[in-house]
Amino acid sequence: MKLSIPVAAILLVSSASAAESKRAPLPPAYVEECGSCHVAFPGRMLDAASWQAVIGGLSQHFGVDASVDAKTLEPVRAYLEGSARRKPTAGADGQPLLRITETRWFVHEHDEVPSRLRPGGAEAVKPAECGACHQQAATGSYAERDIQMPRKGATR
Amino acid sequence: MRVAIPIAAALALGAITARAERPADFEARFAAEARTADPAFAGFSAERGRAFFTNAHGGDWSCASCHRNDPSVVGEHIVTGKRIEPLAPSANAARFTRPASVAKWFQRNCNDVLQRACTAQEKGDVLAWLMTLPAKETR
Ligand code: HEC
Ligand code: HEC
Ligand code: HEC
Repeated sequence: MKLSIPVAAILLVSSASAAESKRAPLPPAYVEECGSCHVAFPGRMLDAASWQAVIGGLSQHFGVDASVDAKTLEPVRAYLEGSARRKPTAGADGQPLLRITETRWFVHEHDEVPSRLRPGGAEAVKPAECGACHQQAATGSYAERDIQMPRKGATR
Repeated sequence: MRVAIPIAAALALGAITARAERPADFEARFAAEARTADPAFAGFSAERGRAFFTNAHGGDWSCASCHRNDPSVVGEHIVTGKRIEPLAPSANAARFTRPASVAKWFQRNCNDVLQRACTAQEKGDVLAWLMTLPAKETR
């Protein structure tokens, strides 16, 4: 790949990796409420409209009941809206996406995941099971140095 | 500052309920609720609790789908694969100590499995069974 130097520099500065290394930790109240059934996903993974849609549908949340009283939800909402992705995460129809794994940025970042680990592959990992590859997912860190893909033939 | 005695008593009571409880406290509360719902209430049954826990009740999941047939070992969320610490108090001292957590998860999990709330009788039967399970060395 050939890039002129200024473009390469801009890409480096704005690359996810650079930013991924220095992230504020996830607030405990958020981890407590949104980290019991899966890792607590960092706010920057979806835009505010997507988070509002997720929070608005917790009683029927991807096939399970994740409902919670309004008081407990308040710090969760504050964290998610305050740290939401600035770039939109809407689908082709313009509606906010509920799944991180369906966003354009996610699909793009994961285009090099080998087919054996993709849905339908011989050793498929659920895309939303971030911790299978991102060893520090539970702490909210997705830095490249913490990525370790499940090895071939590893029984899961 | 002067506080009328009933208010002081209520505050003290509030402090007690916010404190960590023990599994037996939950059992006593479920028993009181069950008696109110049915004056013929005749106690909890660990065997009934085990059967309830491992039965899918006509749906796709049972409680055991995520907590295992033996909830004194580590479980796994059936959709996300996330690790779930053991439910039996002997294997996990944090279980049945926080009223808000117990109420929240009974509500969610009963909805997922039975599409309705669990009765006090059902919750007490499950707890009675969980309290009979010995701890295991499984980590
Ligand atoms: C099957 C393994 C796998 C799973 C599951 C997975 N990822 Fe990734 N992730 C990767 C790989 C590989 C990369 C690309 C690293 C690269 O090319 O720089 C990546 C990159 C990323 C990046 C960019 C990191 C950077 O510094 O460039 C983010 C953010 C990310 N993933 C978030 C997530 C989230 C959130 C989830 C769960 C919803 C998830 N990933 C699930 C393997 C995985
Ligand atoms: C009772 C269990 C439970 C709780 C609590 C819960 N979730 Fe989920 N969540 C799920 C399940 C199940 C899925 C679907 C996972 C899958 O399809 O692999 C999911 C998926 C998601 C996804 C989509 C992941 C993807 O990209 O595929 C997001 C975003 C999400 N949850 C956010 C939240 C937030 C925010 C909270 C806290 C308000 C929360 N969840 C609390 C069970 C839960
Ligand atoms: C789809 C997965 C799933 C199913 C099915 C399920 N649970 Fe749970 N349960 C969880 C998760 C996740 C937690 C919270 C995480 C944790 O506390 O480790 C939890 C927590 C609990 C707690 C909280 C205990 C405490 O001290 O806070 C109780 C009680 C409980 N479950 C009972 C049940 C009962 C009874 C059933 C069947 C009606 C059931 N569960 C079915 C996933 C499930």
